[in-house]
Amino acid sequence: MSIREKVIFEYSHPGRGASDQWPHDPGAAALGDLPPQLRRTRPPELPEVSELEAVRHFTRLSQLNFSIDTHFYPLGSCTMKYNPKACNQYAMLPEFLARHPLAPESHGQGFLACLYELQEMLKEVTGMQGVALSPMAGAHGEFAGVAMIRAYHRARGDAGRDEIIVPEAAHGTNPATATMCGCVVREIPVEPSGDVDIEALRRAVGPNTAGIMLTNPSTLGVFERRIAEVARIVHEAGGLLYYDGANLNAILGKVRPGDMGFDVIHMNLHKTFSTPHGGGGPGAGAVGVGARLLPFLPIPLVGRDGERYRWLTESDVPQSIGRLSAFMGNAGVLLRAYVYMRLLGRDGLQRVGEYATLNANYLLKRLTAAGFDAAYPQRRASHEFIVTLRRQARELNVTAMDFAKRLLDYGFHAPTTYFPLLVPECLLIEPTETESIDILDAFVTAMSQIQKEAEQEPGRVTSAPHTMPVRRLDDVRAARQLDLTWKPTAQP
Amino acid sequence: MSNVPADLKYTKSHEWLRTLADGTLEIGITDHAQHALGDLVFVEVPEAGRAVKAGEACAVVESVKAASDVYAPLDGQITAGNPRLSGEPETVNAEPYGEGWLMRLRPAPGALAAAQLLSAAEYQQVLDAEGG
Amino acid sequence: MAFIPHTDADVAAMLAAIGASRIDDLFDEIPAELRVRTLAGVPEALNEMEIGRLMSERARSDGTSLCFLGAGAYEHHIPAAVWAVTTRGEFYSAYTPYQAEASQGTLQLIYEFQTMMARLTGMQVANASMYDGASATAEAALMAVRANRKSQSARILVPTTVHPHYRRVAVAMAANQGLTFEELPYCTEEGVIPAASLARYDGEDVTALLIQQPNFFGRLEDVDALTDWAHAHRALVIAVVNPTSLALLKAPGEWGARGADITVGEGQPLGVPLSSGGPYFGFMTTRMEFVRQMPGRIVGRTLDTAGRDGFTLTLQAREQHIRRAKATSNICTNQGLLVTAATIYMSLMGPQGLERTAVACHARTRELLAALTRVPGVRLAFAGPCFHEAVLQLDRPVAPVLRTLARDGILGGLDLAAYYPELGHALLVCATETKTSADIDRYRASLGEALQAARAA
Repeated sequence: MSIREKVIFEYSHPGRGASDQWPHDPGAAALGDLPPQLRRTRPPELPEVSELEAVRHFTRLSQLNFSIDTHFYPLGSCTMKYNPKACNQYAMLPEFLARHPLAPESHGQGFLACLYELQEMLKEVTGMQGVALSPMAGAHGEFAGVAMIRAYHRARGDAGRDEIIVPEAAHGTNPATATMCGCVVREIPVEPSGDVDIEALRRAVGPNTAGIMLTNPSTLGVFERRIAEVARIVHEAGGLLYYDGANLNAILGKVRPGDMGFDVIHMNLHKTFSTPHGGGGPGAGAVGVGARLLPFLPIPLVGRDGERYRWLTESDVPQSIGRLSAFMGNAGVLLRAYVYMRLLGRDGLQRVGEYATLNANYLLKRLTAAGFDAAYPQRRASHEFIVTLRRQARELNVTAMDFAKRLLDYGFHAPTTYFPLLVPECLLIEPTETESIDILDAFVTAMSQIQKEAEQEPGRVTSAPHTMPVRRLDDVRAARQLDLTWKPTAQP
Repeated sequence: MSNVPADLKYTKSHEWLRTLADGTLEIGITDHAQHALGDLVFVEVPEAGRAVKAGEACAVVESVKAASDVYAPLDGQITAGNPRLSGEPETVNAEPYGEGWLMRLRPAPGALAAAQLLSAAEYQQVLDAEGG
Repeated sequence: MAFIPHTDADVAAMLAAIGASRIDDLFDEIPAELRVRTLAGVPEALNEMEIGRLMSERARSDGTSLCFLGAGAYEHHIPAAVWAVTTRGEFYSAYTPYQAEASQGTLQLIYEFQTMMARLTGMQVANASMYDGASATAEAALMAVRANRKSQSARILVPTTVHPHYRRVAVAMAANQGLTFEELPYCTEEGVIPAASLARYDGEDVTALLIQQPNFFGRLEDVDALTDWAHAHRALVIAVVNPTSLALLKAPGEWGARGADITVGEGQPLGVPLSSGGPYFGFMTTRMEFVRQMPGRIVGRTLDTAGRDGFTLTLQAREQHIRRAKATSNICTNQGLLVTAATIYMSLMGPQGLERTAVACHARTRELLAALTRVPGVRLAFAGPCFHEAVLQLDRPVAPVLRTLARDGILGGLDLAAYYPELGHALLVCATETKTSADIDRYRASLGEALQAARAA
C-alpha cells in the first residue's frame, strides 16, 4: 500500500479559490486611510484551491491517521477512551459557539451554569475545596498548581521554600513545570516494588521544601500504598502535596486525592472526562485545591449569588496567582466534560475506575499467560500496566519499538513506548473502560503473533510497519536537515 | 567495547582532555558517551573568551532521543569552540577523539593540578562499573 | 452502562481469568480507610435525550446577539467545510502524533500549517501552536530571554497598548522565572507608543520589546521605528499580531530594517468560533537561528526507509519529555484540532479571500465609526489610522449604555473604564465582515436612544 497525499501547496493554481466563501469586494477606496508604509507589499503565499480540492485533501489526510473512532489506542498514560458524540454536539450548539468571551453575564447564564456545576462535580469527585477551570492543558494546570504552592509559602513569609521533590519515574512535565515556576527540582528514587523510597523522601525534605509532585497510581501503573505516610512526612516538613491527575481515571470514584492528603491537583479533562485529544489538543487542565490554597486559585472562577452566576476575578480573589489565559481557557472543552459527567452521573463515574481497572488487570493477566513479562508482576495493575520486552531485546534483538511498529500493521495503535524510562524496553498499556473483552483478546492475539514472528522471522518485525502510509521515518535526518516549511522545488 | 585512548585524561562525566603544545586543553566527549547518545543531530559549543568554572555546563550535545550537557572539567577560559560541529554534528560520532573535539580551554592558574582527572585505566574502571 | 460494553458474562469471565471474585478486589492495594463509597454530590445520570434538552435550553437562554465586541476575539464567517472536516473522528479523536507512521494526516497538516503561518507572518519557521494568544505571548518573552544572549537583564518592555489580559498572563506565567515586564505608557492623544519615548532606555540592557499591531485600541503602531530602535539597542522584537490583518498590513518579518525576531498571536480569527473564549490557539513563528529556543511541538519532513517523503515530530530534545527540568517549556500539547480548522480555513480563503476579509473588516469598521460618531455625544478617541476596531469616547459612563444596548440584543463593545481609567468614558468597538449596513444602522439608532435615555434620566 502506498498512499501519498500531495502537500496542499502542490494543488495551488493562481486565481483558483473558494470564492463563494469570500466577502464581496468593497473596493480599494476602503483602504484610503492606511499609510502605505504600514501595508503589506506582496500577498501571503497561501494555497489557491477550490473548496472540493480542500475538502478532499484534508479528508484524505484524516484517513492517514489512527484514532479512537477507528482503532484501539491503548496509549499508556493518555486515557484514550471513547469520546461520546453527544459531548461534541451539545458543546457546539450555535449559541454556545457564537458567545463572545466578553459578553455580559446576563447573556451567558446557561453557559455559566454548566461551568459552575462542572466545578462542583469536580470538587466532589476529587475531594477538593475549590476548582478553577481556566488552565488549558495538563501542563498548564501543573503550572497553576506549583505557582499556587509558591504563592502560599510567600504569603506566609516563607519565600525560601523553592524545592520541588519529584520521584524519578515522574512525567517530564513535573520537573519542567517546577523550573517554569522558578523552583529547584530534587528527584528521589522509587523502590523495586514501585513505591516511593520513604527513607529517601525523609532525607530530601527540609526547610527549603516547597512541595512534592506525585502521580498516583504512579507512572509505573501501581498505586502508591504508603501515600498517607508520604503526606505526613511532607506536611510535617512544611511542604504541600501536588497530585498529577494524569492517572485519575484509575481511581475515579474509588479514592479521592483530597482524602489522600493532597493540597492541589490538576485534572486532565481530555483523559478522565473524555474530551477529545484532537490530534494533540485542545485539552483542559482544571485545578482543584484544598482549603489552604483557595485564596490563590487562578482567575476567572465562576461564582453564584443566589440564582445568578457570575465571574469571579481580581477583586473577588485578590491573592490569585492571576490570569493564565486571555479569557476563560478552553471553554468548549469544559462544556464537553460537563456533558460527559452528566451522562455518566454519580454511579457511572464510579464505574469508570472499576472497569478501567478490570480491563487493565485482565489484559495484563492474558499477556503474562501468553509469555510476556510484567514489570511489576507482584503488583495489581491500576488502569494501566507495564510489559517489559528486555528478554526479547536481548535474546531476539527485537525491541519494544519494533513491537510497537508491528502492532500498527495489526491495526492497533501502539502503547506508550520507552516511558517510564526506569523500565527498559517497556510498553505502557492502558486499555480504558470503554473497550470490550473482544478487543482485548484480539490485542493479545496480535502480541502473541508478533512474538512468534520475532522468533521465526525477526526481520518482519524489525522492519515494520509494512502497511502504513510510510515506513519507519528517519528522525536523525529530520533533525539534522531541518525541513519545517514547504518550499516549491524547481520544475524539471 | 568502547575505545579509551591511553594518552588522554578523562572525567567521570565522560569528557576527555588532551593537552596541546601551547598548554591549552582540548576537550570532547568519549566514545562511550557518543555511543550512548546515538546519532548526534545538534551540538552547541561555547564562544571563545567565555570564563568557565569546573562543573559548569558549557556545551550541549543532542541526539534525537536524548540531550546532554557537557561540563567544564576545570576552571579556565574558553579559547575556541569547534566551528565544524554546527554544520556537521555527526563528526562527534565518527571521530570523538579527533575532529569531533568540542572546545579548547586555557586552564586558570593551578586549576589543572586541582582537577580530579582520571587516567585511561581509571576511566575504563568507571565504564566497567556502569556496565555491571 | 454508559459507554461500558461489558456484559455480566464478560465480567465473570474476566474476573475468573484474573483470579478475583469481585471487581472491588482489584482495589485491595488502596488503604481501606481512604476508599470512597458514593459521589453524592454528583447528580444521577441523564440519558442523551435528557442532556440534549438541558443543553439546548441553556444555550437558548443565552441567545445570540448582534456583536460589536472584539478585544482579542473576533466574529468571522467560518466556511461550513472547516468544521465538517475538522470534526471527522480521525482528526477529532486522535492523539499527539507520537507514532508517526500512524499519524501522517495530523503531521502533514501541521507541516502545512507551519508553512502557512511562516508565510503569513513573513518569518522562517513556525511551531505547531500554543494554547492561546496570551500564553503564546508569555512564552515568547521567555524565549526571548533564552535567545538574546547579549542581554543579562531578562527585562521586557511592554507597551500599555498591548492587550491588558495578555500583559497579565505574561506576568503570571513568566515572573516566577525572574523576568520583569516594564510598562511603556502610550500617547493619550494618539493611542500609540511614540518611538521617541523609548529614548529614556538608551544605553540600558533591554532583552526584548513587545509590539502589538494593530494595538489593543485598533491603532497602528509605527512598527518600523520601534523595531529599529530595539535592534539598535540589542533588544529583540516580539510582534503580537492579528492574523487577519496580515493580509493587509506589513508582515512582522518586514518590520524595520531587520524584521521582528519572534511573532505570536491569537489564531482564533482563522476559522475558530468565539465559543466564550476557547478553545483557541496561539501561533508562534521566528527566525531559523532561534528555532531551538522555540517552545512547543515542531513537525519536520524527512524520508522513510524506502526513500519516500514523510512527516515526523522533530527537535524534540528541546521538550519536557527529554530535557525535563531544562526544557524550553513544560508545554506538551498544541491545540491540534484548532490548527486543523485554521489550516482548512486558510486553504479555503487563500491569499485573495483573506485579503478580501481584511478589507471588508476595515471597510465595515470605518462605516461603523462614521455612523456612530454622527450620534450626539460620541466622538473618536484617537486620531490616525486603525484596523478592525477603534476607541470611541462617550459623553457619559459607558456601562449603563452597554446594558441598555444589551437589552436590545446588541453587544456594543468593551467598556475600557476598568482597564484605562485615564481615557474617561471610552468604548472599544469592532466590526468584521459579518456586519451589514443594516446592522450598523441598528447599532447607531440604539446607541442614540440609549444615550438620550441616559441624558434624560
